[in-house]
Amino acid sequence: MISAERKPFEEIKSSIGRYKKILIVGCGTCVAECAAGGEKEVALLATQLRIDAARRRRKIEVKEMTLDRQCVYEFIDQLTPVAEQYEVILSLGCGAGVQAVAEVLPRTHIIPALNTTTIAETREAGVWLEDCRGCGDCKLDYFADICPITRCAKGLFNGPCGGSKDGRCEADPDSPCAWQLILDRLSATGRTESIDEVYPPANWSKMQGKGPRKIIREDQRA
Amino acid sequence: MMVESRLKKILSMGLFAVTAECGPPKGADPEVIRKKGLLLKGYVDSVNVTDNQTGVVRLSSLASCVILRQEGLDPVLQMVTRDRNRIALQSDVLGASALGVRNILCLSGDHQSLGNQPDAKGVFDLDSIQFLKVVREMRDRGVILGGEELSSQPDLFIGAVENPFGDPRSYRVARLAKKVRAGAEFIQTQCVYNLARFREFMKEVTDKGLDGKVAVLAGVTPLKSARMAEYMAAKVAGMDIPEEVIGRMKGTPAGRQRAEGIKIAVETIAALKEIKGVRGIHIMAIEWEEAVPELSEKAGLLPRPEG
Repeated sequence: MISAERKPFEEIKSSIGRYKKILIVGCGTCVAECAAGGEKEVALLATQLRIDAARRRRKIEVKEMTLDRQCVYEFIDQLTPVAEQYEVILSLGCGAGVQAVAEVLPRTHIIPALNTTTIAETREAGVWLEDCRGCGDCKLDYFADICPITRCAKGLFNGPCGGSKDGRCEADPDSPCAWQLILDRLSATGRTESIDEVYPPANWSKMQGKGPRKIIREDQRA
Repeated sequence: MMVESRLKKILSMGLFAVTAECGPPKGADPEVIRKKGLLLKGYVDSVNVTDNQTGVVRLSSLASCVILRQEGLDPVLQMVTRDRNRIALQSDVLGASALGVRNILCLSGDHQSLGNQPDAKGVFDLDSIQFLKVVREMRDRGVILGGEELSSQPDLFIGAVENPFGDPRSYRVARLAKKVRAGAEFIQTQCVYNLARFREFMKEVTDKGLDGKVAVLAGVTPLKSARMAEYMAAKVAGMDIPEEVIGRMKGTPAGRQRAEGIKIAVETIAALKEIKGVRGIHIMAIEWEEAVPELSEKAGLLPRPEG
């Protein structure tokens, strides 16, 4: 999933500024799964804003809405009739959600309430681990299903570096050394011979593109 | 005048090589690097210049190498892949050769989060092994990455590092072999305090016949104080300082700890000279370059052959 974290309340409050009619829009997919922008988190933020306004004797109107997906136009369309009744939309979607909503509503001020961070897996309750940087050229099979671009702090293709100690990373001792994990899994699956090869430089153009990368599938187009 | 690598020459004559590390200042004064270089002149064959080591901004390694060259020293340009993409790396390789630098040490570099620019974007477009291969192809085949031909080839003696004390231990020699396959002609190791572990490492190196393909220079760092020993053991990534060594430093009165540090280094060098496959010593006297002449002398590494 796309994982995200909610921005600190003070930052959200300062972005809202003088707006009094606020529409908070959550997303029921990835950011709901990682407990950052689903229905519950929308309700929580709305309550925080109302309490804060009451404490400061400000009158505000906050409406809550959660779309199934904030990155797909057919869901965003539900916002169109509601949006014009509000001065601002506070989006609890990921970066794609915020921008998709902005595309549909060209005249509405939309403020992100999340910091979108990673493509992650749920490791355990309350722990999400980044697994993928979306490089566009998946070689997980070669690296025993551990992504060195994402999980090695230096993104080494021919690791480990000299800082791997007791299976921990030199940059962040709380993280396992990705290369220790790769070597362990290669050995567990009887494929250690591949580590003797010099892995060639990556083709980063598949990651950076020329601006935003776009997938066009003719078979899916109407 | 033809410039050649003194390090390459010494090693190709089968002589025991001595290199030392020299850290550039956090400032623009060329005299600092000149002074450090002159301290080392005549006591070592070649001088490594670190490249923003530990991710701390310093006077550039290439500029420092050129200053050392002007003083008649043979610099080893350390270049990390942390701060430059493949365009900048290859360009600087050509620039270094054009400026008369004849040795290069290819590294990935300490992670940027450990230095004084923790918000920096780490580049790591290439890793150290890929970079080695790129430099080797530029020199031997006259091509850059992607196969385009150069109008003239850089003249560089190519090195890499290896940490015999890093984990997973069973993989360290395999990784050294990988660096040799990628193009390394000399290897400088992490500083040796744990001689028993280093002997195991070198036995594997020689058993695999790697000593015939690459010159291994063993790293030595004289300890300045018991505190430094404890700090390095606890905080510096990839460092292995046995309790016995720390105990020796701690058991020495503060005023005599520097002398004890030199003594330990002298004993280490004597032991390293006896290990098969060790072709030289790389002295990393961190912010203590003035210790190098004394250490070289006491370790019987003098006089250095005429370069």
